[in-house]
Amino acid sequence: MTLQTDLRHIIDTEDYNKFLEENENVMICCGRMGPMCVPVYAVMEELQEDGEYEHVAFADMLFDNPHAAVIRNLPECSGFMGLPFTVYYKNGKVVKATSSIQNREQITEILDSEFKK
Amino acid sequence: MAFFNINIMETNNFDVIILGGGPAGLTAGIYLARAKTKALILDTGTIGGQVVLTHEIANYPGIESISGYMLAKTMRKQAKSFGCTIKSNIKISSLNLSGKLKKVVVNDKDEYTAKSVIIASGGKSRPLNVPGEKEFAGKGISYCATCDGDFFQDKEIIVVGGGNSALEEAVSLTQYASKVTIVHQFDHFQAYPWAVEEAKNNPKINFIMESEIIEFFGDESLRKVKIEHQRTHEISEMEIDGVFIFIGYIPRTDFIKNIVSLNERGEILVDNNYQTNIEGVFAAGDCLEKRYRQITTAVSDGTVAALNAIEYINK
Repeated sequence: MTLQTDLRHIIDTEDYNKFLEENENVMICCGRMGPMCVPVYAVMEELQEDGEYEHVAFADMLFDNPHAAVIRNLPECSGFMGLPFTVYYKNGKVVKATSSIQNREQITEILDSEFKK
Repeated sequence: MAFFNINIMETNNFDVIILGGGPAGLTAGIYLARAKTKALILDTGTIGGQVVLTHEIANYPGIESISGYMLAKTMRKQAKSFGCTIKSNIKISSLNLSGKLKKVVVNDKDEYTAKSVIIASGGKSRPLNVPGEKEFAGKGISYCATCDGDFFQDKEIIVVGGGNSALEEAVSLTQYASKVTIVHQFDHFQAYPWAVEEAKNNPKINFIMESEIIEFFGDESLRKVKIEHQRTHEISEMEIDGVFIFIGYIPRTDFIKNIVSLNERGEILVDNNYQTNIEGVFAAGDCLEKRYRQITTAVSDGTVAALNAIEYINK
């Protein structure tokens, strides 16, 4: 299975580390093409397209990719039992993580509070 | 300054506003825009509606197999390519559908006007609406077996519901869970007999009938539910690792319930031209009172509503 989104796809651990190193503000959605994940990807695509959050780098990663353990095993994701795992990073450090579906309002609230322009 | 105001008004004035960007709304957008009608699609969520949640569509004529996400994406692209304006994840602040000029205020600030409105707001999964449900969503409560089933390997779970989805998903979840308990509010199932048979024959599945979950408890994740028997009102508690909720769909018509005529299930009533009780206001798709809800029927509704809206605005 692949993620059929217009987001940047994180393919492995090396790519993940590189993406975090190259970008100050990062949002990665780790999921499948399922009912709870797709709305989150869609919001991310819109935010990317709108250009309102140019200071944030958006990406996704397939949950079933063995390399996605870098996200699945984050302490901030322990206790999560619903896809997608959405993780927000500032300078490579996790600042927030959510489990399951989130709407645009919930996502932008986190972006606005964690990644001030 | 006056010139600026005029520009704003022109930008926000459309021939037809479509409320909802699922297959019905997008089809209406395609037909309207292709007919050089200035159309705007407004959606409170993701464009594509429930179709984006379908893993594989194999019964859409002309396309052998496609994901719902890709089908919706193509429909959106098609509508935009013909000139339809699309705005998603908006909040409808107010609606004034009476009179010749219909008004929709969005996000408490942007006003859009049009001669006609098509309501294609679709449906949504029905939640239980009980304490703890929101708190433990993603932390033990799920609405998708395909997405979250593997988090419950060798765990004990509950499936809520008695329709085809509930019973089919309960059977599917037995590949992960050690025990699946189906909790259903009635003494019989609404699912097809073969689905009931398959669930009843599965040794990992048992049943609690005539009962409803009335509260969820836990700490970092779900631990326990409170169940009430519908006839005796006896309340019991059950320790559980996860709960999957499949109790059907409801139309997204709350925002128009005092504006257009609805039936007792909240579905919109329309005439043969898909016009509601308000002149110039049409409806299409899953929010309508109808028996079958398919992508193809939504597309059909959207087409007819759009053509009637075109005829209405050209009167």
